[in-house]
Amino acid sequence: MSEYIKPMLRSIAKGITVLVITLFATNLTAIAAPDGKAIFMSNCASCHNPLKDATGPALKGVDGRVPSKEWLYDWVHNPSAMIAKGDKHATELFDKWKPTVMTSFPSLSKEEIDAVVTYVNSVEDKKKGPEPTPGTETKEAPGNNWIYSLVTIILLALAFILWRVNSGLKRVANEKDGVQNTKEIPFWRNKVVIALFSITVFIMAGYWLVNGAVEMGRQQNYQPLQPIFYSHKVHAGINQVNCLYCHAGAEKSRQAMIPSTNVCMNCHKQIKEYTGAEEHPLMTAEGEKIDGTAEIQKLYAYAGWDPAKKEYKRKPNGEIDAKPVQWVKIHNLPDHVYFNHSQHVAVGKVQCQRCHGTIQEMDEVYQFSPLSMGWCINCHRQTEVQFTANNYYTIFKKYHEEIKSGKRTGVTVEEIGGTECQKCHY
Amino acid sequence: MSQKQYWKGLEELQNTAAHQEVVDNEFKEPLPGISDSLLDATTPRRDFLKFLGFSTVAATLAASCEMPVRKAIPYAIKPEDIVPGVPNYYASTFVDGGDYCAIVIKTRDGRPIKVEGNTLSSITKGSTSARVQASVLNLYDKARLRQPMMDGKEATFDAIDRGLQSALASNTKPVYLISSTIISPTSKEVINQFLAKYPNAKHIVYDAVSYSGMLLANEASYGKRALPSYHFDKAKTIVSLGADFLGTWLAPVEFSKQYSAGRKVTAKNLEMSKHYHVESMHTITGASADMRATCKPSEMGAVAVALYNAVNGTAPSLPSKKLNELVTKAAADLKKGNGMVVCGSNDVNIQTVVNAINSAINANGTTINWAVTSNYKAGIDSDIVAATEAMAKGEVGAAMILGVNPAYEIGKKFADALKNVPVRVSFADRMDETAQLCNYVVPDHNYLESWGDAEPKTGYYSLMQPGIAPLFKTRAYQDSLLAWSGSTTTYGDMWKNYWTTKLGGQSNFDKALQDGIVEPAGEMPMGGGTFAGNIANATAAIAAMKPTSGMEVVVYQKVSIGHGGAWSNNPWLQEMPDPITKATWDNYACVSPKKAKELGEELTGITEVVTKKRVIKLEANGQTLMLPIVVVPGMHNDVVAVALGYGRDAQIGRAGASGTDKLKGDFGGKNAYPLVGYNGQTFTYNAAAKIEKTDATYEVGITQTHHSYEGRPIIHEFTLEEFSKDPNALLKERGEEIAKYSVVPWGEHEAHGEKKEELATQEVEEGFRKEGTLYPNYEHMGIHWGMSIDLTACTGCGACVVGCMAENNISVVGKTHVLKSQEMHWLRIDRYFSGMPDDPDTIQTVFQPMMCQHCDNAPCENVCPVSATNHSSEGLNQMAYNRCIGTKYCANNCPYKVRHFNWMDWNGADCFDDNQYEDGRRDDLNDDLTRMVLNPDVTVRSRGVMEKCSFCVQRLQDAKLTAKKEGRPVKDGEAKTACQQACASDCIVFGNVNDPESEISKIRKDNKERVFYVLEQIHTLPNVNYLSKIRNTDEIWAGNEEKDGLYKAHI
Repeated sequence: MSEYIKPMLRSIAKGITVLVITLFATNLTAIAAPDGKAIFMSNCASCHNPLKDATGPALKGVDGRVPSKEWLYDWVHNPSAMIAKGDKHATELFDKWKPTVMTSFPSLSKEEIDAVVTYVNSVEDKKKGPEPTPGTETKEAPGNNWIYSLVTIILLALAFILWRVNSGLKRVANEKDGVQNTKEIPFWRNKVVIALFSITVFIMAGYWLVNGAVEMGRQQNYQPLQPIFYSHKVHAGINQVNCLYCHAGAEKSRQAMIPSTNVCMNCHKQIKEYTGAEEHPLMTAEGEKIDGTAEIQKLYAYAGWDPAKKEYKRKPNGEIDAKPVQWVKIHNLPDHVYFNHSQHVAVGKVQCQRCHGTIQEMDEVYQFSPLSMGWCINCHRQTEVQFTANNYYTIFKKYHEEIKSGKRTGVTVEEIGGTECQKCHY
Repeated sequence: MSQKQYWKGLEELQNTAAHQEVVDNEFKEPLPGISDSLLDATTPRRDFLKFLGFSTVAATLAASCEMPVRKAIPYAIKPEDIVPGVPNYYASTFVDGGDYCAIVIKTRDGRPIKVEGNTLSSITKGSTSARVQASVLNLYDKARLRQPMMDGKEATFDAIDRGLQSALASNTKPVYLISSTIISPTSKEVINQFLAKYPNAKHIVYDAVSYSGMLLANEASYGKRALPSYHFDKAKTIVSLGADFLGTWLAPVEFSKQYSAGRKVTAKNLEMSKHYHVESMHTITGASADMRATCKPSEMGAVAVALYNAVNGTAPSLPSKKLNELVTKAAADLKKGNGMVVCGSNDVNIQTVVNAINSAINANGTTINWAVTSNYKAGIDSDIVAATEAMAKGEVGAAMILGVNPAYEIGKKFADALKNVPVRVSFADRMDETAQLCNYVVPDHNYLESWGDAEPKTGYYSLMQPGIAPLFKTRAYQDSLLAWSGSTTTYGDMWKNYWTTKLGGQSNFDKALQDGIVEPAGEMPMGGGTFAGNIANATAAIAAMKPTSGMEVVVYQKVSIGHGGAWSNNPWLQEMPDPITKATWDNYACVSPKKAKELGEELTGITEVVTKKRVIKLEANGQTLMLPIVVVPGMHNDVVAVALGYGRDAQIGRAGASGTDKLKGDFGGKNAYPLVGYNGQTFTYNAAAKIEKTDATYEVGITQTHHSYEGRPIIHEFTLEEFSKDPNALLKERGEEIAKYSVVPWGEHEAHGEKKEELATQEVEEGFRKEGTLYPNYEHMGIHWGMSIDLTACTGCGACVVGCMAENNISVVGKTHVLKSQEMHWLRIDRYFSGMPDDPDTIQTVFQPMMCQHCDNAPCENVCPVSATNHSSEGLNQMAYNRCIGTKYCANNCPYKVRHFNWMDWNGADCFDDNQYEDGRRDDLNDDLTRMVLNPDVTVRSRGVMEKCSFCVQRLQDAKLTAKKEGRPVKDGEAKTACQQACASDCIVFGNVNDPESEISKIRKDNKERVFYVLEQIHTLPNVNYLSKIRNTDEIWAGNEEKDGLYKAHI
């Protein structure tokens, strides 16, 4: 019995070794190559579009436009310093895009910047086809993937055929030599195969379970139907309404605040119809056409506005007869998380787009960021606070000395305790 | 001093077996989970797999639920001054009868969630009490009436107005308005209008706990039926004859502030008032006293007379040696000037003698102020007695009851008399004992919903504004009275008119409303009074009072529940441990250890560890009460004390209700008001009593022995004399402990550690911090938060405990779980006795507020397997609830026993609906209405996680954010913890230790002789320091074994 088990164990061990090495190798490549798209999305996408000029220039082909790769690295690490130095290309850029100066990303490594460049260069202009629904991850359909898959399948089939042929020939040769053939075990009863298969299934299921559990309660790309088709693109994008005009709480409070109907009415007393249907037809994610003027009428119903008489309907006690709009909340944090908008907007000077994505491009809002703890922490690790600009930070004398002595250029949120539990959980 | 032994309770002194067991088993209950029955089962493996499978499936099912669609609903029309998520603060006034406090209401998104003191008031100076802190919960009390009632049925205000007006019109007999003391000038005007409308109407004022004796004595002595203003801060010698002025007497909030101001001791400033105290039971004022003696309540008159005589040069001859000594010393000190005598008795003669003493020592005009009188109490007992008699005779046409509950407080006599009155109106906010007897119940607003004002002292005003629109169909009683007197204006308009006119214009009014107070500028004027009382008559009357032999009963107010009223139904107050007995949720008979022994109790039965208490039969004033005994060292041996405010009717609310449950037996305590007597002139709060042992027992939830230090030295106490002679004694003692660890043996200063009498200097402390551990040191670069607690100033009043509950959404667990040591208070006040239990006059009591010490080298952090508790760069010991898996290792490893585990889902915080814990009395807290009190900035903890004091991190973060927005560092005093803000005695100081200019840094530097850290030698490096207790006394009775011998001999 044992002499039978031993070789089997050996072959299982061999199989596992191969599997592990393969997995490890795949992982290794995953670690080695930074994900350009992810870095772009979390750091650059709030201001840059690969194809179009946004807050900053379109990035596709950026490596060809800049003087050198080294220049690009320096620029990304500290743009203000380059401008201050009087670098020609830098000042040109600044003149073109001022007053906005690009945020510095000292923590991005050269490899990561390269990855971003590779990614932006790989982005194709998809204007020709129908615009894909924003947020859905189906955009990714690289052209030559199917060839690879086909080749793999053909190669696998070839290997299988060769293996069968080989064993067939061996059998024939054995018969010729008079050696007795061992009884062939079909591969699905081969214990090595079964063991390998079970281990693979176990690992995959574990991976899927753990990931599923981690993702539980998160709703990135959540894009619910709202009671009114309110287009941020029309308001914040095309008409350039300041975010803080409506979301006034973002500077003052925890909550950014959804405006009450009377704030809408400040403009919509005059603006009664949507006149931009020519340049920008409104469309739901499902492709349904939306009549902007009808949506404004919905607002009037909520706000208690009589568009014919041009006055508010009033309750007997003189109050405006308005009903609040029951918006569907998109960005949900668990109850044990304390998030304060004013901390980020007023103190950290973080752009809205950093977390909310290119909101000025969205007709219907979807959740751009995962809002996971890892995502928060990552940003806190990479982002610098307004260390020299805000006098609050004068108490960190050590860091100020280090900046003076040139030991450091800035201080990240993490370095002043921004990744500690009770910054967000209490 | 190091020989002084403190004991939390008698069991610790005796180290009984039961106590030992409690000490050994930190978690009283066996852990739930895999029980022995599982392992004993025939197929343990299969059962285990079944459990495993079930829980996996359950978890999968729970997890596969879809994400709910949440709505974000903005205001339809946003009020201009509300920013969602940013609190608004409104200055207002807390009034409960004559109890007064200037407050600031914190509202979040339109609902009051916290009450703070108003620092602009020159009277309360930003202080609060436990009741003021808890008052916000009364607003959301589920037992409140939601609409007016007529003849037991719901009615509209219109119907009531019509019915009542016609009833009053056809009535020819007098109309009685029976109310508590009213300190609102506009309300008085409304009442006058009402009285004018019905010519034979009469306003009868009485207070649930009466001060008539004082009022009448003052009238006889000074010609004013008023109460003076007391200035405890200006007094060098304070003699209190049974007046619990730090806990319940007259205006404890005001007095605590003044009292602590006179007792700020440093090595450089040794000025400290001297406080003599005579009492029959043990109050917190007695605990703070420098010299304390006990007497029977019937002897209090004799003590007052003896003190009067002593001041005039006659030596006292009182029954106890200690009393004689105290009276002699006190008289000598009083004669030095700046003295003050206060007395808690409601007897006119005793108060007259006290007035005579105060006059003799020239207190009037120096410490007692007759130029500005206090309006706190105005009730005259004989009025209500006469009114009751008139009602009983059927001479009264209508009785309107406002702010009092005579059917409970005066009792059956009043309830029977009320039945003879045809029109009975109550303004009560709930169906209390009196409202149930009324045919009209017209509920008044809660004070947080009302406009109003107060005049606590003549010429000193305070305005009241609402923090929320009325929640229910209630109406201000002033509006009701105005409506019934045929007026067309509303009280709101009238009030505004009154103040705009008085203050001269809208802008002045706005300013006053914003400040909340209207006070004359400058210091309060002082004025004396000429004593014109008849001291001879008073002395003769006192001499004629026969001292009773045998037991006497004292009826007292608890610091938490007070006179009863709505407070009885406040779960925060019910669960707040009484400062002295540390008992929750009940009243009981307090007796001395000696008396308990005489009752035949074994030690195990009289201590606090054993929860089952012997029930005694207490007979006094013709009444019989069955009450459990709670042994209180420091009680006079012949006195039994019972608290008011219990034994309430079921309709006043679930938390306050009393009764008998089929399964659990009695609950909710007994009503002690029937023990109150009447001597023909005033109510008396003591009586001769008989007690008798029964075989029954009753469980009382007492918290003190729940978290034991097992006798380790954690309090340092000195007499003022010791301290002035050797201020460095504490530094030396600390130095002896820590200096040896402050250098490494292989370091350069090898000789350093061998020096004797090492002082705990900054150098030594630094060395100890760095070298006393293997763990790395934390660098606190920006802010390093720290707290200092002054044990001399702490009176144990419990305001901080309730303030903490309100700020941090702390769960109330109910009596059942208090009995299991599972109370959740983040901040507890430990009470330590010292002295000989046998002799009440030797007992000295110390309070020590204890919360998470935020150790820089925290034992809890190292043992957490998931790092749910760890250290912040600002010195906070952080607790991440969502990370906690409930191993409780941290609680086991915490030397201060300040971590609390959520054994149940107290608040409906976890996602399983039916997990919520219910016990009957505390359940209203989970009601949607009551949950409105929760602070939205603090997570409501769910079952299975550990929690503890966070240094109010939400406030610290808020202060930092404000500073960042304004681009400046945090100012000292900007970040205040809830306990610090609530404290009336200024004993808690909090701030940034890294800032040398902050108050906390200054205390640790300038008062370093008193600074100590609890269990410092174990190198936890707490961020909370204490200041040693200094008592201005020359006697150390307390627990010196050499002097007193073994304690056992005394019990």
